[in-house]
Amino acid sequence: MSTLRGLWRLLLSSARDLAPIVLVIAFFQAVILQQPFPNLDKVIIGLVFVLVGLSLFVQGLETGLFPIGESMANAFARKGSLIALLAFAFCLGFGTTVAEPALIAVAAEAGRVAGAGGAIADTEEARGSYAFYLRMTVALSVGAALVLGVFRILKGWPIQYLIIGGYVLVVVLTVFAPPEIVGIAYDSGGVTTSTITVPLVTALGVGLASTIRGRNPMIDGFGLIAFASLTPMIFVLIYGMVV
Amino acid sequence: MDLLMHTATTGLSTMVDVLPIAAVLFGFQILVIRRRPPNLKRVLAGFGYVLVGLTFFLVGLEQALFPLGETMASQLTAPEFIRGSAVVRDGAIDWRDYLWVYVFAAAIGFSTTIAEPSLIAVALKAEEISGGSIGAFGLRIAVAIGVAAGVSIGAYRIVSGTPLPYYIMAGYVIVILQTLRATKMIIPLAYDSGGVTTSTVTVPVVAALGLGLASTIPGRSPLIDGFGLIAFASVFPIMSVMGYATLTSWLRAKRKGSGEGARGKEKAP
Repeated sequence: MSTLRGLWRLLLSSARDLAPIVLVIAFFQAVILQQPFPNLDKVIIGLVFVLVGLSLFVQGLETGLFPIGESMANAFARKGSLIALLAFAFCLGFGTTVAEPALIAVAAEAGRVAGAGGAIADTEEARGSYAFYLRMTVALSVGAALVLGVFRILKGWPIQYLIIGGYVLVVVLTVFAPPEIVGIAYDSGGVTTSTITVPLVTALGVGLASTIRGRNPMIDGFGLIAFASLTPMIFVLIYGMVV
Repeated sequence: MDLLMHTATTGLSTMVDVLPIAAVLFGFQILVIRRRPPNLKRVLAGFGYVLVGLTFFLVGLEQALFPLGETMASQLTAPEFIRGSAVVRDGAIDWRDYLWVYVFAAAIGFSTTIAEPSLIAVALKAEEISGGSIGAFGLRIAVAIGVAAGVSIGAYRIVSGTPLPYYIMAGYVIVILQTLRATKMIIPLAYDSGGVTTSTVTVPVVAALGLGLASTIPGRSPLIDGFGLIAFASVFPIMSVMGYATLTSWLRAKRKGSGEGARGKEKAP
């Protein structure tokens, strides 16, 4: 009975989360563009799918992703091996980014831009290898970001100096980087953090900060995602200058 | 039947996405930690929920929302719509003709952010850790307002053709100034919210809007000008979250001053 009620509550809150999109699209379709809805039945079925999917995902967050992230953070903190923890952070960052579909799409697009702009030879092969190395660069940068971010949590460094330092680096690199890579570099920061990575990484950071004495989960636990969205910009700008 | 096939293939590709993550998690669990994680069955069930949930979510989005959102983005940016709704000024483009594009950009940025699953995750965690002093729903609204402003200004940038780095640098300067004034508690969370806003729901619709705009406006290249909207959507939430924190602490101080104890709007339902 209580699970049923829980499910119902989840569905209701998902419906609330989705209502704005439905309203925006309906308003623009009917009032501004003044067009009828194409395949209304398909849209409604799709909405039901989205509703059920979002509810299940939130349920899975609480029972799967958060607990495993936290329990691993605890286990690593108790084990006390810095190398193992940092290796885990790197693998998590690299492994979750390298196969990210959004990144694959952006890298392919970047290869086309570079080919058309004359930065590389405009052949299938050159574009493909450009895209591949770009993807590896971004994945490496996310791995490095999590290593740095975890190290920060352990040391208790204030995040703002690191992030602001990163911003300054981005600005300086922007001046020297070829202009066609700038837009892609800025966007690459946004595409690296997928829906499954974010909860895991957040739980890892918060778990570490709550286990280690003297760290505040609110001040030290958050911030890993911020590193993971900043370093790709830096690495991609450098990549654009080197290649 | 078509839908069934589509669901199956999406499920498969979600599984492929999860595979490296699962490999890292369980690899380290077995080789380094060498202990069974507590509640293993429950955790595995949770992974199952996430997989199935994400699959349904993606299939539904692809069925219902993405095609509509993308068509709308291209219709709103089409020259016929722009010409029909505004006076033609000597054939030159005027950024004011694109008013509905900015409104659409803001509305779609806001609404897709509210539905973003990774933001839900971070907001839930923040509410739990802060002991409820940061409300999950209030935080999400703040982030969504930031994305709305960001995407809208980003659309204006594409229309006006002004260089992207200036905007982003100006954004950074504002973020740095706000950081100096903000309470220490909110800073890491604010920086994080810049990165989580742009994933499953927001990116496809916003990218379609950027590419649509850049390819219909004369003199813009979709390859150079089409990118960059995502960057706007990641900088502006940092500002709005810090602004939200300043606002709530200010309101709380004011309420305390007048002897009123009731909790404000930041309390999530």
